[in-house]
Amino acid sequence: MGIRFILMVNKQGQTRLAQYYEYLTIEERRALEGEIVRKCLARTELQCSFVEHRNYKIVYRRYASLFFLVGVDNEENELAILEFIHLLVETMDRHFGNVCELDIMFHLEKAHFMLEEMVMNGCIVETSKSNILAPIQLMEKAS
Amino acid sequence: MNPFSSGTRLRDMIRAIRACKTAAEERAVVRKECAAIRTAISENDQDYRHRNLAKLMFIHMLGYPTHFGQMECLKSIASPGFPDKRIGYLGLMLLLDERQEVLMLVTNSIKQDLNHTNQYIVGLALCALGNICSAEMARDLAPEVERLLQFRDPNIRKKAALCTIRIIRKVPDLAENFINPAASLLKEKHHGVLLTGVQLCMDLCKVSAEALEYFRKKCTEGLVKVLKDLVNSPYAPEYDISGIADPFLHIRLLKFLRVLGQEDVDASDCMNDILAQVATKTESNKNAGNAILYECVATIMSIEDNGGLRVLAINILGRFLSNRDNNIRYVALNMLMRAVTVDSQAVQRHRATILERVKDSDPSIRKRALELVYLLVNESNVKPLTKELIEYLEVSEPEFRGDLTAKICSIVEKFSPEKIWYIDQMLKVLSEAGNHVRDEVWHALIVVITNASNLHGYTVRSLYRVVQKASDQEILVRVAVWCIGEYGDLLVNNTGVLEIEEPLTVTASDAVDVVETAIKRHSSDLTSRAMCLVALLKLSSRFPSCSQRINHIFIQYKGSLVLELQQRALEFSSIVDKHQNIRSALVERMPVLDEATYSGRRAGSVPAVVSTSQGSPLNLPNGVAIPTSVPLVDLLDLTSDDVPVPSSSGGEFLQDLLGVDLSPASLQSGLNQAQISGTDVLLDLLSIGTPPAQSSSSIHDMLSSSQENNSSINVLEQLSSPSASSAVSTPPGSSSMMDLLDGFAPNPSKPENNGPAYPSIVAFESSSLKVTFNFSKQPGNPQTTVIEANFLNKTSNAYTDFIFQAAVPKFLQLHLDPASSNTLPASGNGPISQNLRITNSQHGKKSLVMRIRIGYKMNGKDSLEEGQVNNFPRDL
Repeated sequence: MGIRFILMVNKQGQTRLAQYYEYLTIEERRALEGEIVRKCLARTELQCSFVEHRNYKIVYRRYASLFFLVGVDNEENELAILEFIHLLVETMDRHFGNVCELDIMFHLEKAHFMLEEMVMNGCIVETSKSNILAPIQLMEKAS
Repeated sequence: MNPFSSGTRLRDMIRAIRACKTAAEERAVVRKECAAIRTAISENDQDYRHRNLAKLMFIHMLGYPTHFGQMECLKSIASPGFPDKRIGYLGLMLLLDERQEVLMLVTNSIKQDLNHTNQYIVGLALCALGNICSAEMARDLAPEVERLLQFRDPNIRKKAALCTIRIIRKVPDLAENFINPAASLLKEKHHGVLLTGVQLCMDLCKVSAEALEYFRKKCTEGLVKVLKDLVNSPYAPEYDISGIADPFLHIRLLKFLRVLGQEDVDASDCMNDILAQVATKTESNKNAGNAILYECVATIMSIEDNGGLRVLAINILGRFLSNRDNNIRYVALNMLMRAVTVDSQAVQRHRATILERVKDSDPSIRKRALELVYLLVNESNVKPLTKELIEYLEVSEPEFRGDLTAKICSIVEKFSPEKIWYIDQMLKVLSEAGNHVRDEVWHALIVVITNASNLHGYTVRSLYRVVQKASDQEILVRVAVWCIGEYGDLLVNNTGVLEIEEPLTVTASDAVDVVETAIKRHSSDLTSRAMCLVALLKLSSRFPSCSQRINHIFIQYKGSLVLELQQRALEFSSIVDKHQNIRSALVERMPVLDEATYSGRRAGSVPAVVSTSQGSPLNLPNGVAIPTSVPLVDLLDLTSDDVPVPSSSGGEFLQDLLGVDLSPASLQSGLNQAQISGTDVLLDLLSIGTPPAQSSSSIHDMLSSSQENNSSINVLEQLSSPSASSAVSTPPGSSSMMDLLDGFAPNPSKPENNGPAYPSIVAFESSSLKVTFNFSKQPGNPQTTVIEANFLNKTSNAYTDFIFQAAVPKFLQLHLDPASSNTLPASGNGPISQNLRITNSQHGKKSLVMRIRIGYKMNGKDSLEEGQVNNFPRDL
């Protein structure tokens, strides 16, 4: 099932958004996030964007102060996931206008709505930014 | 409205949390918020439900429990408005999971929403269902979802497709209903629908062979055409990523083609052209293009063979390997690793580039490359590859050395064409990165050295040379010390000089110097020091001239605070002082270690060698070993622990052989085991210790060489008789062990053959209960023993709920049959019996040992008795 979880984490290692596509208890999540974030944040620019952790492969990318981490299984195309992260960021940019940590914190549910339109049950559903944003814009107009 | 329940605004809560300086502050804020939310929930406050759910999501993300909000999600979903439903569904997906029973309650709401007239609400329900549905929900709602696969709006169709994936994963039986609707999705134009439709078809193929067959026959051509259209499609701004139309769809299609083409020649043929086109035409200067190429290569490598395409694919990977972007280099190595199994010849052509990558600046790439090189090694290229790797070892970063060393050692062991090369390479590795070498590796090296009788002299001289230069490498020092102890005479006499060697002059005292430096080194650990002592003992016999000097060293260690060293020093010193006559026999060169046995053991398959025909000298005391006797046993057996530690690995076996067994290896405690521990002590002393049963022959061999020497026989008899144990139990230091032994009258314990029938034993006895074991063996299966356990109630009350449990160390396998009854009548009337089957993987080497626990109820009161059984007959 491709994508197992998506995390957004700031430079200090605090989770800003977490979406799991498989069941983990809260304690397991905390532990997993801690381990992964420690591992990824310690890496330098020179190192590649893939980290193997437990049975996950973590594909991560850094945008200013925000890290996007995607946990996938071994079957997944790592380069495509990198491209997906970029698409996610571009989509958020289009909505928030140059997305930053605070946008995600204060509009957590909107960020989730966007993600929901892009990924379902660990698979990518939609890759067109306007298709992704349409329902959200509609809702904003209504309220 | 209650002013206290409304709490703060979401924004304010987030600010408050952000302002927290410590985790404790954060917890306090969260606690306060949670309390407010709970109050609001209990007052059924609807005005702030939306806000409270949003807060809970934030709190959940921070990793705090939020289960109390689950019902709020359900209420929110059931409310009519879109915004409420929306937050409710989001909460459902984040705060709940399929394991919770609450989820059952939502099935009905979802069903209604799936039939809602507002398509956005339908979309919400589908999305939630796709993310969290359980098997029951899948069954209940599958018809709705199937209908929605044909819904007019493509945005609903795509979500229905992904929802179907979840359903068929939960309930694979439903797959066949979906094959036709899924196939029709493949004809769509909408990218989202295609993307999810292809994914659905792939998942159908996973659960149903019928589906795979169907798609192969009916859809392969169609898919090839879809991919062709996509590759040639004009610029479409909506899906364009760096000049490529929808790379995600490209990749998904290539993946599906891979599934279809695998093990099917026709389907593979059908897709050859388009794969060639993708492989050659795709732009490779952007990540998106490379992602497609990468997927395309994976597909080419998996489908049925087409030589031309494979070459094309491997060449793409070759280009990837020298790409500037390290992500690309990483995936290339990843893919080459898979390709090795398919076409190792083609991968071999890129060996040089791959070897370069072992030196990459990125550690993850280095690691991958190393693994790949490891797969590429074979008999013909082992020499140059090893040379490169060892050269790199010299300059590599410390944190990478462990991996690198392990791989080099493994390569050398596996492919070494000749022993001299093996020894040379190992010495190089040891002198560069000795501290990273694992125990099995140097143990194996020693086995090889003992077997290469013509190279003993060469090896010991080489070691002498390198150990001078790299005296800080612990493992190297160990091997050197061991070899100097064994072959010190060859070192000094320059025996068996090979043509390639440079001449070397070493005196006896030079050899002793090396060992003395090693034992005095601050960084030497216990094992090394213990090995040094053994080596010194051996040298004292090989070079009588140095005997005095060596004894001085022993004397220094008599006062060692480490018990092991103190004991060895005491024993060895008394051998040098008082038992000159048996010394040379004691320290004879080690017998050649059997490579096959050793490697067999390493692989975990323990050959059942060993005949116990010599008979174990046993007068079994039918005693009861309740844990109180354990401290005594500890005293008796200095190297043991009362926890049985199975030694199934060859490593420990060899440790025994090398006399460096400082860990509790074979452990049975108990009175009858005293003989064994006695022997162990002797074996340690001689440092020729093979596991007890096997070793008895070697002891006898040794004895035959000094048959006329009465005292040594006495020593051995003493050691193998029960009284020896009491000798060992006396506090060390009062006098040397030999003295103690001499002080005891010989105890004539004659070996006798026990024959195939084994005596019954009383395994356990307390004031209330008696357990006896009867043994039998099945013919032709000496490892397995059938034990009939009989339980006898000694009190005048009946026991109910009687349960017997047993635990054995890992080298044993235990199978318990059900007991004849779970009620044990009073006063020994009608005992219960229960059969146990034990398989001893170390049959002949280790005796059985078992811990038992017996639980029962007497007059309604629970009782528990525990004990350890170690008076099993020896050769079971």
